[in-house]
Amino acid sequence: MTVEDEIEIMGQRMNDKIRKIFGRSLHIREVDAGSCNACEVEVNSLSNPIYDIERFGLHIVASPRHADMLLVTGSVTRNMELALLKTYNATPSPKLVAAMGSCACNGGIFGETYASGGGVDKFIPVDVYIPGCPPRPQAVIFGIMVVLDKLEQKIGKKEV
Amino acid sequence: MKTEIIDTIKKDFQENILEESISYNEIYLTVKKESIVKLCDRIYYHFDLPLVSIFATDERNINGFFKIHYVFSIDKNDAFIILRINVDGKNPGYPSITYKIAAANWYEREMQDMFGLVPQGHPDPRRLMNFEDWPDGVHPLRKDFDIRTKPPRVNGEYIYRHVDGEGVYEIPVGPVHAGVIEPGHFRFSVAGEPIINLEIRHFYTHKGVEKLFENISIDKAVFLSERISGDNSVAHAVAFCQAMEKIAGVNVPPRARFIRTILLELERIYNHLGDIAGIATDVAFAFGAAHANKLKEEVLQLNERVTGSRMLRGMNAIGGVRRDIGDKKDEILQKLSIIQRDFRKLMENFTSTPSLMDRIETTGRIYPDTAKGLHVVGPSGRASGLDRDTRRDHPYAAYPEFNFKVPVLKAGDVLSRTIVRADEICESVALIEQALWALPERETRVNVEKIPDGHAFGYTESPRGETIYWVRTIGNRIDRCKVRDPSFCNWLAIEYAVLDNIVPDFPIINKSLSLSYSGNDM
Repeated sequence: MTVEDEIEIMGQRMNDKIRKIFGRSLHIREVDAGSCNACEVEVNSLSNPIYDIERFGLHIVASPRHADMLLVTGSVTRNMELALLKTYNATPSPKLVAAMGSCACNGGIFGETYASGGGVDKFIPVDVYIPGCPPRPQAVIFGIMVVLDKLEQKIGKKEV
Repeated sequence: MKTEIIDTIKKDFQENILEESISYNEIYLTVKKESIVKLCDRIYYHFDLPLVSIFATDERNINGFFKIHYVFSIDKNDAFIILRINVDGKNPGYPSITYKIAAANWYEREMQDMFGLVPQGHPDPRRLMNFEDWPDGVHPLRKDFDIRTKPPRVNGEYIYRHVDGEGVYEIPVGPVHAGVIEPGHFRFSVAGEPIINLEIRHFYTHKGVEKLFENISIDKAVFLSERISGDNSVAHAVAFCQAMEKIAGVNVPPRARFIRTILLELERIYNHLGDIAGIATDVAFAFGAAHANKLKEEVLQLNERVTGSRMLRGMNAIGGVRRDIGDKKDEILQKLSIIQRDFRKLMENFTSTPSLMDRIETTGRIYPDTAKGLHVVGPSGRASGLDRDTRRDHPYAAYPEFNFKVPVLKAGDVLSRTIVRADEICESVALIEQALWALPERETRVNVEKIPDGHAFGYTESPRGETIYWVRTIGNRIDRCKVRDPSFCNWLAIEYAVLDNIVPDFPIINKSLSLSYSGNDM
């Protein structure tokens, strides 16, 4: 199966899910909290004509105030900690947080040092972990599908 | 190694030289601290050697001194000359050379934060890597600082350069940007549209990489070097491995050298394609952007099929490469010829689109003297008339065996940087073809069990430019690893490139310089 076929199948499933929950696109804000920029390369890849995630209802927005979900990369450096918290607080509830890449999941190779925080979940609550160094675009899409299931649960609980 | 220039320098400096040692192509001269400004000035201006790095080492537990190394590159003879001074551990002040050599600016501020070495007479002695909330007197790269220490946050303020005048206002941008890019802060002072002053503030992604090198095993260090600047993984890993191989005295098998060259050039192709796509995006030339992004994705997918990683990670090891890619020869050749054909068409499209050319011609000019003064490296330097390329001047891997041109332009605007990149892509394709056709037989890796004590430079030309590692090993551990990413040199050039340009052109200028935040901040 080619990459294009994989994306087509995953994308359609995601599209249905997003439409059911939101009735519009899922708005994502990407936050680099100290990654090595490989994760940024892959997030940018998601917007290229091969993947073109916008057609499946994933929209990358410019401000956290417009976002439903934060896609955080990097191990959260000492110098980015405050900026990450401010971004998180600026995102309207109910908000989702995806930790993308090994560094965001648990600090990765940078670990916990004087400058590196050792993972996003030490600072803000994380809904889904997307491992990989960097995760392939397909992995990111899969991670987003998982987090959507979680949102369904979150909303469901509130109604009860 | 004997060369004229070195003899002249030695004769010139005679009474100031305390100690002299030569290893490989590196000439170390320990000189008197008081004479360093004069000596650097003479080497830099009289002998016209570029200052490629300055770094410190903490040797207080051996002799009570910090050592500062000033590294100059002798491009003509493939050699490095390193001036060393001893700085007293108890009274760590030394004369600053920044007011003579502008390129020394950030290095001296970096050493001030990391080692507590005070550059006396530095024109801008503000903090650089340690932010305002970092306590005084704590310096991470000193040997008595434990990597797991978490210094408390203190109150402090960072003072930006301020521009006053009627109608002048400031635009602060970042660290979290609107696009999917890395964090950094930009402060524009503008009156109307043109930029009067730009101040960049970085080191948000400072992850303590150099300290981390000293605290991990050598095997793991290769992986760490790949993660200093994610899209320059191969260049960093090869530079690091070459330094270690130099120390260990290992000869890398020819096949491994060829494979490294192929990987380095694949990396250059996808990076340059990404940069060209970025420039097209920022001038709203959506067709060109989509096309270039598609080509980049094709290279990334090729990378994955060839090496298992889209970013070409995990391929390099000390002593060679982990995996043979000889069986993928036909696939690579076929794919690259298609990509090159499409890319040529794209560039024709670029140059024949007036709305695009109008935006990038004469935009963001870096004049040759500015580029030289700040030591701008890589394609950005070559677009401003600096004819330097590590692949040619300090040959490594299999480059001495191939023919390639180094494109150099003089205008220094976004257009020339785009054209330099486009030409380099074609050269890279030709290099890969040459390497694949001449791929030598036999093994791809020699086993390196233990690294002896020693120190050496490793260097590569990454897609962004000259990448330099200096590694010292003691007892099969890394004692100090200094990484000089090209972005560390190039970032300051943007403050000059944007002057008199309008704010909407800033993203294009930024993209055309292709700067890594992570590689800079480390």
